[in-house]
Amino acid sequence: MKTCEEINEKIRKGQAVVLTAEEVVALGREKGVKHVAETVDVVTTGTFGPMCSSGAFLNFGHSDPPIKMQKVWINDVPVFAGLAAVDAYIGATELSEKVGFDYGGGHLIEDLIAGKTVTLRAVSYGTDCYPRREIETEISLESINQAFLFNPRNAYQNYNIAVNSSDRALNTYMGILLPNFGNATYSTSGELSPLLNDPLYRTIGIGTKIFLGGAQGFVAWEGTQHNPKQARGDNGLPLAPAGTLSLIGDMKSMSTRYIRGAYYYKYGISLFVGVGIPIPVLDEEMARFVCTGNDEIFATAVDYSVEARAKPSFGRFSYAELRSGRITVNGKEIQTAPLSSLKRAREIAGVLKGWIEDGQFTLTAPVRPLAGDWSFKPLNIVPPKAEAVSS
Amino acid sequence: MAQQRVVLTFQRWQLDQPITYRLVKDFDLVTNILQAKVTPDEGRMSLELSGLEQNIEQGIKWLKEQQVIVYPLATGLSVEKDSCVDCGACTAVCPTGALELNRDWTLAYEEDKCILCLACVPACPVRAIRERE
Repeated sequence: MKTCEEINEKIRKGQAVVLTAEEVVALGREKGVKHVAETVDVVTTGTFGPMCSSGAFLNFGHSDPPIKMQKVWINDVPVFAGLAAVDAYIGATELSEKVGFDYGGGHLIEDLIAGKTVTLRAVSYGTDCYPRREIETEISLESINQAFLFNPRNAYQNYNIAVNSSDRALNTYMGILLPNFGNATYSTSGELSPLLNDPLYRTIGIGTKIFLGGAQGFVAWEGTQHNPKQARGDNGLPLAPAGTLSLIGDMKSMSTRYIRGAYYYKYGISLFVGVGIPIPVLDEEMARFVCTGNDEIFATAVDYSVEARAKPSFGRFSYAELRSGRITVNGKEIQTAPLSSLKRAREIAGVLKGWIEDGQFTLTAPVRPLAGDWSFKPLNIVPPKAEAVSS
Repeated sequence: MAQQRVVLTFQRWQLDQPITYRLVKDFDLVTNILQAKVTPDEGRMSLELSGLEQNIEQGIKWLKEQQVIVYPLATGLSVEKDSCVDCGACTAVCPTGALELNRDWTLAYEEDKCILCLACVPACPVRAIRERE
């Protein structure tokens, strides 16, 4: 048994044993879980995948005379400004009003992090305290006050395998799905994935310090659609999408190597987000979780051609099978492809490992655990009552 | 005699038009279909045109008037290494394995295997793949 504080003491002295989530699986197979529990202090995880539920809060500073920005566009991308005078939120999936799918919120966030100059345009109705009615100016990450990424849902704990049983290609957020089970796509980093290494949320909680986009960030809250009650295997790992995290971090310290705009053909804009979370190996149970390998982590194949909320499933496959490049679905051997970059996930786990070994990154015990009893509610369509609508 | 290789893209409503026949009949061109693919949504054909230079020019002009999209045939793809994040989305649609993630999960492009179907171009979320003329 170890505590976070004991591990931090070792990190400060440069004595902590840190392995990536891939390295620890290999060690566990060679020497056993008990050995891992006794010798390893921290395991670093990583993921680099498209995460639509991402965005950034900005504060522009005040012009002279000042304006209470009511509608705001940056590089022609509408950003949400229903906040105080010069606060705004860029949503990653928002589309440019001029070029549509060619540029959106995700690209704007990437451009800001790249240090590019962007065009801010705003209009207002004018008030006694904010007389200006319109503004057009150039801004950059350096010229504005705060800029922080605040992503309502990242780091999905497992996800679907997408297949297509129909006779036409589908353009989805899971990539282009070829007809007649022509391919299968998946999108987590498997044994490297943060929440698959702490499946019961024992060490990752509100306040946990993390790697976010190349900088230090934090877990702000459980993410939207957090669903800890998802069906699980005997090893405690969910078999389909389960837990999620809401993440926060300073954009001014981030790098475009780990934050990138993305466009999925005829679906829309998203944001590649690089996330790495350190897992303290507190005891034998945590050692068993971090030693769980790709052949013991399963995801469910789901038919994306069914235009309904509940889509039929075509069985479960391990990440070892998915990464072999071929799985057999509905009697047919089909090609698999990832959508999240395993190479960059591995790089992130390595960078975080370096930070901890150098003593510049210590662990944070959760201020509060993630909510454990939430389930994923559907949106039922109920005709609004007349009196609920304002006249 | 001149020769030119082009890629033609047809919209759904053009799929029943006898386009190569008209190139032969009206512009005295020899047409050699290198590759063709017709889906319910669109058609794409790689075509080699041989004939008098002005006839080829006139033929291509006529194609454009018919709202057929005409591109010069690419000789290969270029993958912009600085943009590519090695995600693997392009490998999902590559029919020949010309685009594949190698052992350390880096994207590798093998030109010899590439049939220039260009399915990978729209599949890339960071627009790192382009035709190379």
